[in-house]
Amino acid sequence: MHDFTYHAAGSVADAAAKAAAGDDAVLMAGGMTLLPTLKQRLAQPSDVVDLSGVAELRGIKVEGGAVTVGAMTVHDAVANSSEVAAAIPALADVAGHIGDPQVRNRGTIGGSIANNDPAADYPAALVGLGATVCTDRREIAADDFFTGMFETALDEGEIVTSVRFPAPEAAAYVKFPNPASRYAIVGVFVARTAGGVRVAVTGAAGCVYRETAMEAALEGNFSAAALEGMTASADDLNEDIHASAEYRAHLVGVMARRAVAACG
Amino acid sequence: MPKDGIGASVKRKEDYRFITGQGAYTDDIDRPGQTYAVFVRSPHAHARIASVDTGAAAAMPGVVKILTGADYAADGLGGLPCGWQVTGKDGPMVEPPHPPLAADRVRHVGDQVAVVIASSAAEARDAAEAVAVDYEALPAAASIEAALAAGAAQVHDEAPGNLCYDWEIGDKADVDAAFAGAHHVTRVELVNNRLVPNAMEPRAAVAEYDRATREYTLYTTSQNPHVIRLLMGAFVLQLPEHRLRVVAPDVGGGFGSKIFHYAEEAILTWAAGKVARPIKWTAERAESFVTDAHGRDHVTVAELALDADGRFLGLKVDTRANMGAYLSTFAPCVPTYLYATLLAGQYTTPKIWCGVQAVFTHTVPVDAYRGAGRPEATFVVERIVETAAHEMGIDPAELRRRNFVPSDAFPYQTPVALVYDSGDYEGTLAAALADADYNGFAARRAEAEARGKLRGIGLSAYIEACGIAPSAVVGSLGARAGLYECGEVRVHPTGSVTFFTGTHSHGQGHETTFAQIIADRLGVDIDAVEVVHGDTSKIPFGMGTYGSRSLAVGGSALARALDKVETKAKRIAAHLMEASEADIEFADGQFTVAGTDKSVGFGDVALTAYVPHNYPIEELEPGLDETAYYDPANFTFPAGCHVCEVEIDPDTGAVEIVNFAASDDFGNVINPMIVEGQVHGGIVQGVGQALLEGCVYDGEGQLATGSYMDYTMPRADDVPSFTVSTRTTPCPHNPLGAKGCGEAGAIAAPAAVMNAVHHALASRGVSRIDMPATPARVWQALNA
Ligand SMILES: Cc1cc2nc3c(=O)[nH]c(=O)nc-3n(C[C@H](O)[C@H](O)[C@H](O)COP(=O)(O)OP(=O)(O)OC[C@H]3O[C@@H](n4cnc5c(N)ncnc54)[C@H](O)[C@@H]3O)c2cc1C
Repeated sequence: MHDFTYHAAGSVADAAAKAAAGDDAVLMAGGMTLLPTLKQRLAQPSDVVDLSGVAELRGIKVEGGAVTVGAMTVHDAVANSSEVAAAIPALADVAGHIGDPQVRNRGTIGGSIANNDPAADYPAALVGLGATVCTDRREIAADDFFTGMFETALDEGEIVTSVRFPAPEAAAYVKFPNPASRYAIVGVFVARTAGGVRVAVTGAAGCVYRETAMEAALEGNFSAAALEGMTASADDLNEDIHASAEYRAHLVGVMARRAVAACG
Repeated sequence: MPKDGIGASVKRKEDYRFITGQGAYTDDIDRPGQTYAVFVRSPHAHARIASVDTGAAAAMPGVVKILTGADYAADGLGGLPCGWQVTGKDGPMVEPPHPPLAADRVRHVGDQVAVVIASSAAEARDAAEAVAVDYEALPAAASIEAALAAGAAQVHDEAPGNLCYDWEIGDKADVDAAFAGAHHVTRVELVNNRLVPNAMEPRAAVAEYDRATREYTLYTTSQNPHVIRLLMGAFVLQLPEHRLRVVAPDVGGGFGSKIFHYAEEAILTWAAGKVARPIKWTAERAESFVTDAHGRDHVTVAELALDADGRFLGLKVDTRANMGAYLSTFAPCVPTYLYATLLAGQYTTPKIWCGVQAVFTHTVPVDAYRGAGRPEATFVVERIVETAAHEMGIDPAELRRRNFVPSDAFPYQTPVALVYDSGDYEGTLAAALADADYNGFAARRAEAEARGKLRGIGLSAYIEACGIAPSAVVGSLGARAGLYECGEVRVHPTGSVTFFTGTHSHGQGHETTFAQIIADRLGVDIDAVEVVHGDTSKIPFGMGTYGSRSLAVGGSALARALDKVETKAKRIAAHLMEASEADIEFADGQFTVAGTDKSVGFGDVALTAYVPHNYPIEELEPGLDETAYYDPANFTFPAGCHVCEVEIDPDTGAVEIVNFAASDDFGNVINPMIVEGQVHGGIVQGVGQALLEGCVYDGEGQLATGSYMDYTMPRADDVPSFTVSTRTTPCPHNPLGAKGCGEAGAIAAPAAVMNAVHHALASRGVSRIDMPATPARVWQALNA
């Protein structure tokens, strides 16, 4: 790890000011991605601004049919929240299948989506549920937030404060984990919402995306049978030592059918 | 017998220390004035070193010293030696130099080029990044296939065609003749996948030099500190043993990877003399991936000839084995004497031929890894036997029974050099089949099919040669050292006991097992026994722990030392009770005079031995401290049968192990709970090889699986609860009747799992799938 200056932020405004003051500052949530990156000397920030003391970023609220999760809320809190389980059980399920207990007790929703790992689970939930990302500057629709591999719509120094999830009529997430990392080789989040069916896919491509053909098929007939024989197009899918593009394309179909079936 | 004696499932004495974080591992050792080393390592699989510029780095804060390959060469020191010479068809193996620091060429990613020593680890790392190495990248040969291809990049000029040796055992013409009369021939092509050992504790070392005494001390993560002292002292650094102490303190797992003498040990010790300050190095996990010797990596074609009744007539095995870029300490013997000699398996196959080509590649050296050669042999034999059974329509269990070495045939001479000592192969097969409910499989398969799942069951009737090793035998096979073991039993004046052993415990529970043997024999409480290992300044000598040898060889040395203690103690007791030595009996810690009520306790005898008033000083030396060396008469031959049942999801290719039963013959068992733990760990490692772990190099020789993001270690939820049991035929040639249990699981499990996977997939027309049978591979095979 290279040397850096550590700052503990007391509020969102304080964090923003401290981040702006550094030459090349980074925000730190649970450090689950950031710290390994620093330890391997893959990044050399001048300043690290720690958000863990910012109380206003932590916590879960359920109001008017929407679940709002503070950016610094750890996965374990979402997974074990009875309020989340009552309002959007699929969201608790997503959080409960991220990494291992240590990761779930440190890793945060804000850190996960700001990082936008192409194989991360939360992006599928955000896009699948049509969530809204709230920052210290504005609100961004999930469909517009995830812009590419490890890229988001966040501007320099912009801080995610919370994510607001509208409750769907039914939703489920099914993930086929990478045997080594247990991130998603393919994860599919399916939701039936007032605004229509949404099918969000993570792990398969460079960034979370929506399977619009599957959404259309489910619109008229929300059943696994409606997706029979459907796969994703392998054209732009990831290919690595763990899975070929064809295998991922096939798994998108399998996971989507299982997710629809799990919607009950 | 005391309650904690032989046969009792005593909880491990060492675990309190380990699970409360009080273990003392190498990285926990800090010496006054300590400095830190970081290695500059090659990012290339193959390159010429045009220059190494340390100028900028040397001027950085905290830097104490930077040493390069040129410095090492200038000191005229030795290369890392190989401990076993294999002689092939064309003469002795090619043994290229193995400089601890590369001077002109690097031969694998991770090869060390320079060492930076600084006051802190962070400063050493900063400076290591500033060492400017000018590499001229060269083409690499990163696999067996690539290295043997025409025009392949050469790893060593000394080894044309990248061949280390071309070796064979058996008479090929004789075996061909057996094939000529065969009713059926089964042929399999197999890959025994390369594995990264991944001990929980990464390798580490602390070296120091005392200018006053001119003594060097090396603390290192080793399974055999005496071997390191001998190899490093005599062959590499030319340091005499009386001025070189090697300590292997608590070690967090080895699995073979900590047997070998590594470059870092020699470099740190050498450098400690130069800087006259202690130096610590601890590998980072990423560094472990590219420097710990890897395991396995064979490509094999095998053929089995059978008569119409399914009796084996002959076996032909043609194997290519990857040695990596340099010969690690025991590498050459693994695919030869620890592999081909096991190809008879549990069977009476009369004719066997095996040819092995050992190949250099631009990859990390490959050496012994839990099982070492025997998992590879078991995989060949048990895959081909199971395949033959299915091809001939004979039940795989029945085919094995028809060919087993019968229980009354021991000692049994195989056609491949070994003489099996004892066994009951029908017995372990029957027990494993019963525990696996083999007969109920058809119903379970039907039920799984109804759920859209593919179900298969597979057997693995393995044998291993353990208790390494009879010194004369291995000497005749090319071992450059005998492999006996040493034990010293020091009884203290008040009757407590310290046992010094040349074996080394790095997870095996020796502190408990050896204490049980002593408690059993001397009638002392197990807490009155301390087991000391891992320090060349405390233990007379030792060859360490590997090849399931600690109990069979080290325990036998202990038994012999206890014989001597008892003999001497009886003489002292006879004196105290004014009786004839021949009349003294010893049981439960009491010496009695036969036929009388006279008795004296073990503690009184011990006290008399040290602080006597009344002692036959003219006839008997005081003291009760006995040392014994034990050289085994033969290998031991643990054997048994493992049965695995899997269920495969054809939609995803995911394989689930739904049942696993094992019946093992380890000879006499000292602590059943520890044995069970060893079997569980071994099976999980075997499952890891079969389904999860695959070390992948790309065409350029870059390690594609260099972290846990890509290299799949088995986790608890990858395996079911196992049903394990033991059936004992005692080893007839060692005093404890013990055979060893440390490697069995890793040896047996891969074939059992892969036989089950093939069985499940056969109904879908899949005939070959290589390890690891990942979901992607299985799906690919189903959709080919
Ligand atoms: C072993 C392991 C296994 C894992 N497995 C999974 C898995 O199966 N599925 C999965 O989805 N994820 C997985 N993860 C990722 C994990 O879920 C974390 O969410 C992720 O690593 C981010 O960690 P963090 O919240 O601690 O953020 P940090 O590491 O602290 O930060 C990550 C990035 O986000 C930025 N950031 C953090 N908070 C904010 C904010 N409020 N506003 C703007 N930017 C911010 C930081 O500057 C940094 O660039 C795994 C991680 C590990 C270490």
